[in-house]
Amino acid sequence: MIDPAPGPLPWQTAILTAIRPVTRRVKSYRFRVAFDRPMLAGQHVDVRLTAPDGYQAQRSYSIASPPDGDGTIELLIEGLPDGEVSGFFDAVAAVGDTIELRGPIGGSFVWRPEDGGPLLLAGGGSGVVPLLSMLRHRAATAPAVPALLLYSVRDAGEIIAAEELAVRARDEPHFQLMLNLTRAGGRRVDAAMIAEALDRLGPPRHAYLCGGNPFVGAVADLLLDAGVDPARVRTERFGG
Amino acid sequence: MSTRGFTGRKPPEATRERLPPGQYLTEDFPVLQIGPNPRIDLATWSFTLREGSRPLKSWSWDAFNALPRTRWGGDIHCVTKWSKFDTAWEGVRFDDLLADAGIAAPSAFLLAEGYDDYTTNVPVADLTGGKGMVATHYDGAPIPVDHGGPARLLVPHLYFWKSAKWVKGLRFTQRDEGGFWELRGYHMYGDPWREQRFTGD
Repeated sequence: MIDPAPGPLPWQTAILTAIRPVTRRVKSYRFRVAFDRPMLAGQHVDVRLTAPDGYQAQRSYSIASPPDGDGTIELLIEGLPDGEVSGFFDAVAAVGDTIELRGPIGGSFVWRPEDGGPLLLAGGGSGVVPLLSMLRHRAATAPAVPALLLYSVRDAGEIIAAEELAVRARDEPHFQLMLNLTRAGGRRVDAAMIAEALDRLGPPRHAYLCGGNPFVGAVADLLLDAGVDPARVRTERFGG
Repeated sequence: MSTRGFTGRKPPEATRERLPPGQYLTEDFPVLQIGPNPRIDLATWSFTLREGSRPLKSWSWDAFNALPRTRWGGDIHCVTKWSKFDTAWEGVRFDDLLADAGIAAPSAFLLAEGYDDYTTNVPVADLTGGKGMVATHYDGAPIPVDHGGPARLLVPHLYFWKSAKWVKGLRFTQRDEGGFWELRGYHMYGDPWREQRFTGD
């Protein structure tokens, strides 16, 4: 599971090569960057912006693209109105800009093809981003691994990669999608939903949960209530 | 090299002085952990000092709460970039654990071990002299499980991943052995003021 640390993690200059709207508030940013170490699905990068007076701001963003070695990564960034860094991406960043980043980072919330499945993925809102990397990697390298994505958003307009996920659910025989809308008469993820997911997938070998703390905490507790071994459950939360 | 079009929101001088490099101030208390909250029963909770696999001293919840208590207030810094100012904790200093056990630290390093099987390494010198405690209270109340209750390590001068949640013991080691994150590319020491986030920083 553990790779020896390959040495210092350098800041690198990445070139922003494409920007594309994804939802009302989320855009896709494609960067050309040559990492000096292999990437794993589920990892993130640190981004560092520098003002003319030398002031710097850093934030972490999960990588949405799979580790396909094509020399680019995709970040999906939600333009928060008061976000010092996400607001810059939303309002200022343009194709051709250079941005400092370093990575890939993180050795816990990662999935490798040899880790196998069944793979239970649960994402709340933009917490789906590192799960997308895993799904894309799985489809390319281990499509026979059973996987189910339980994806909870407030309304249909917030579904990230909606078309891609629908196509995967239609075309990939071992992938199932459970979409949950919490508004407009919907409800938060509850015990019945978890029971349905576990029934459709079978006992998960690995579960990865990502989203805000209330979502991740609730789903983690529901999985434990349903008898899932806590050692099989990995979590990643934002808001930090 | 500055980033085209970025001016940012530089915090006021008084805030900047308290923020280590690369950090920003948050008013929230974000929750970050590798897995689910463990389910801990205070009736069977225990805290154990070990040398390698050999137990040196163990306390039940009641015995632990009978130990001398100390308050600490100040700023904490998470490697995920947020810092939180003026946090208030209460618990049992590492020094008082050793005193109650009637021992001196048998080695210069240890691994904090959590009920969730999380581990992290801390030099003994970073816990002695009042620098570290096992905290049971935050902001005047028992620490909520999301923040590591019933008891968590508190080593506030290092990045907060060193302050292991749901701690069940400290294991002295002969050499400085990496814990969960340190074996996954994070810094062995983790001083926020030297921005020691990752190996080689």
